Amino acid sequence: MLDINNLCVSIQDEKQQAKTILRGLNLQIKPGEVHAIMGPNGSGKSTLANVLAGREDYQLNDGTVQFDGADLLSLAPEERAQRGLFLAFQYPTEIPGVNNMYFLRTALNSLRKYNNMPPLDAADFLQLVKSKMKEVGFDQAFLHRAVNEGFSGGEKKRNEVLQMLMLAPRFIVLDETDSGLDIDALQMVGRAVNSLRNQERSILVVTHYQRLLDYIQPDVVHVMAQGKIIKSGDKSLALELEAKGYSWIENEITP
Amino acid sequence: MANKFIKDVVNQNYQYGFVTNIDSDSIAPGLNEDVVRLISAKKNEPAFMLEWRLKAFRYWETMQQPEWAHLRLPIIDFQDIIYYSVPKSTEAGPKSLADVDPKLLETYNKLGIPLHEQGRLAGVAVDAVFDSISVATTYKAKLAEAGVIFCPFSEAVQKYPELIEQYLGTVVPYRDNFFAALNSAVFSDGSFVYIPKGVRCPMELSTYFRINTAKSGQFERTLIIAEESSYVSYLEGCTAPMRDENQLHAAVVELVALDNAQIKYSTVQNWYPGDAKGLGGIFNFVTKRGHCRGHHAKISWTQIETGSAITWKYPSVILQGDNSVGEFYSVALTNHYQQADTGTKMIHIGKNTRSTIISKGISAGFGQNTYRGLVRMLPGAKNARNYTQCDSLLLSETCGAHTFPYIEVKNTSAQVEHEASTAKIGEDQLFYCRQRGLKTEDAISMIVNGFCKQVFNELPMEFAVEAQKLLEVSLEGSVG
Repeated sequence: MLDINNLCVSIQDEKQQAKTILRGLNLQIKPGEVHAIMGPNGSGKSTLANVLAGREDYQLNDGTVQFDGADLLSLAPEERAQRGLFLAFQYPTEIPGVNNMYFLRTALNSLRKYNNMPPLDAADFLQLVKSKMKEVGFDQAFLHRAVNEGFSGGEKKRNEVLQMLMLAPRFIVLDETDSGLDIDALQMVGRAVNSLRNQERSILVVTHYQRLLDYIQPDVVHVMAQGKIIKSGDKSLALELEAKGYSWIENEITP
Repeated sequence: MANKFIKDVVNQNYQYGFVTNIDSDSIAPGLNEDVVRLISAKKNEPAFMLEWRLKAFRYWETMQQPEWAHLRLPIIDFQDIIYYSVPKSTEAGPKSLADVDPKLLETYNKLGIPLHEQGRLAGVAVDAVFDSISVATTYKAKLAEAGVIFCPFSEAVQKYPELIEQYLGTVVPYRDNFFAALNSAVFSDGSFVYIPKGVRCPMELSTYFRINTAKSGQFERTLIIAEESSYVSYLEGCTAPMRDENQLHAAVVELVALDNAQIKYSTVQNWYPGDAKGLGGIFNFVTKRGHCRGHHAKISWTQIETGSAITWKYPSVILQGDNSVGEFYSVALTNHYQQADTGTKMIHIGKNTRSTIISKGISAGFGQNTYRGLVRMLPGAKNARNYTQCDSLLLSETCGAHTFPYIEVKNTSAQVEHEASTAKIGEDQLFYCRQRGLKTEDAISMIVNGFCKQVFNELPMEFAVEAQKLLEVSLEGSVG
């Protein structure tokens, strides 16, 4: 499904200097697989998530990303979304004056339009959104509030999960969705993600901590440092990292 | 970011730019006392009207075009403007709907304002003003049953001269300003509304202004009187053909609200804004003022200003009656080379008077958008309150937003609050929307609409949707 080959990416810092972030990253994710990427601050995890979603601040220096056989990096962000790529943002933005119901319905219907499906009518939409709201623990008032405006950090993350459930994308990137969440919310995220797991859908979980992986069992765990993946393994790698920290791996590969 | 999205400043899609081919009776361009007399004579006006016009004209002659606004304003040649132009078919005087020239009906159909008493605008009474004259008014009979008068201004001068003489110029005197003086001298038509004591006007009233003839100026005057404990909601819309020369529109609107009366006045202004290079477009110089004359009176202005090359208007409220309320809700959009200098004045005279100002300015392309507002608390304005919120949204690197708030407080118990913000449309917001599958243009329109929500909420239901669409059209070409 996703095939990242030698991805090299830089960003312009405040002094207009190019700063290299991803340095030859390789990653393959097959349909139905759940991969976790862990790594210290500044290792390039969030950059990877944003580059996949199509944020325009980055400069591509080398490498390719194939998504279902298409050249992902040549597609506009909305085209990636239409093909089923979803990013749960680390810092979801506020859109004052635009209510959640309107936003969700517009997003859902623009994806449906792309897939040659008729727009969901108001009644069906309301039924769907209400059942999903229950799953993430939102009450009725949520629908009439503006998108993320005045939301607490936890509410914003719940909203990301709600959007994920509503849009039911084929490829999900969770960018530190667990940060700032209490145990109950963490369990909710785990339940929501697991409810979407199936043979066709792939998930990339970006996280600092092993905690979330107690709820979402990954097939593969990668460790990222200095812009590339330096070690991959199964679930036990995450536990090992939790116990020993990141430095032992970094020392292991750069003696 | 802006360069990326807005480098493609292409043609603006102005849907109302057509010209109606109709025989018009126009007087020669130019302005002097004879022209004023001629207009008055064509309207068969009583002597007091001619006197008033002449006083206004003589006063205007002593004045200079004002230059204090934050506008690049060319010198207007007032001798090169046609001050009176009417379709020939209207010369025999006001007619019933059935007798209106089909070409005029077709014009209004094309503008989306069908002049019959059914269909989409059923429930909204429309007065249609074409160049210098009102060509049709719908629902007059139904309104008359409720005792409401809704008719062309010139008809009111004939039928209700005592009301005109009592109220004309009492809110905006002809000495008020340069353009008000000019309007007072040469105004040709407009709408007149009278709501009797205790009556809630049974439908929305609306006037639709259309400039058609080249070189003509439109000078209309609207007067709305709401007697004790009455209510009326009134809406005006405006469009004009696309032309390379600028055309002048200088209107005056006067509102009078007596004890417990309420007037809600909404404007969707979509005069031709000029082309993408700033050629042509309407110069829109308008004086609008309401007077809360009685206690607990309320006057509310809502304006959506998307058209005109230059907009200069400050719908204001004089809060004289104790406990009276003034409101101003505004969305002003300037794209390409449009300029707007707009805002309000809230003059608090009575006790416990309250006012609210919500202004949303959106600038794109090379547009310049200025909020200019005055809040004045006079010595008698005990416990008066004002809240002002003034937000600007910038969509390009080359546009500008400016804010000039004036606050004068002469009563220590009065409270004035002013909040202001200026923001560029967020790259984060755009990316967020696009990541969820929205196209850039749809994302921008969603974000801008959200920004304007507080103001759109104040529009009558029938027009809120129109206003949103209008904003989308006006933004077309502001993103690439």
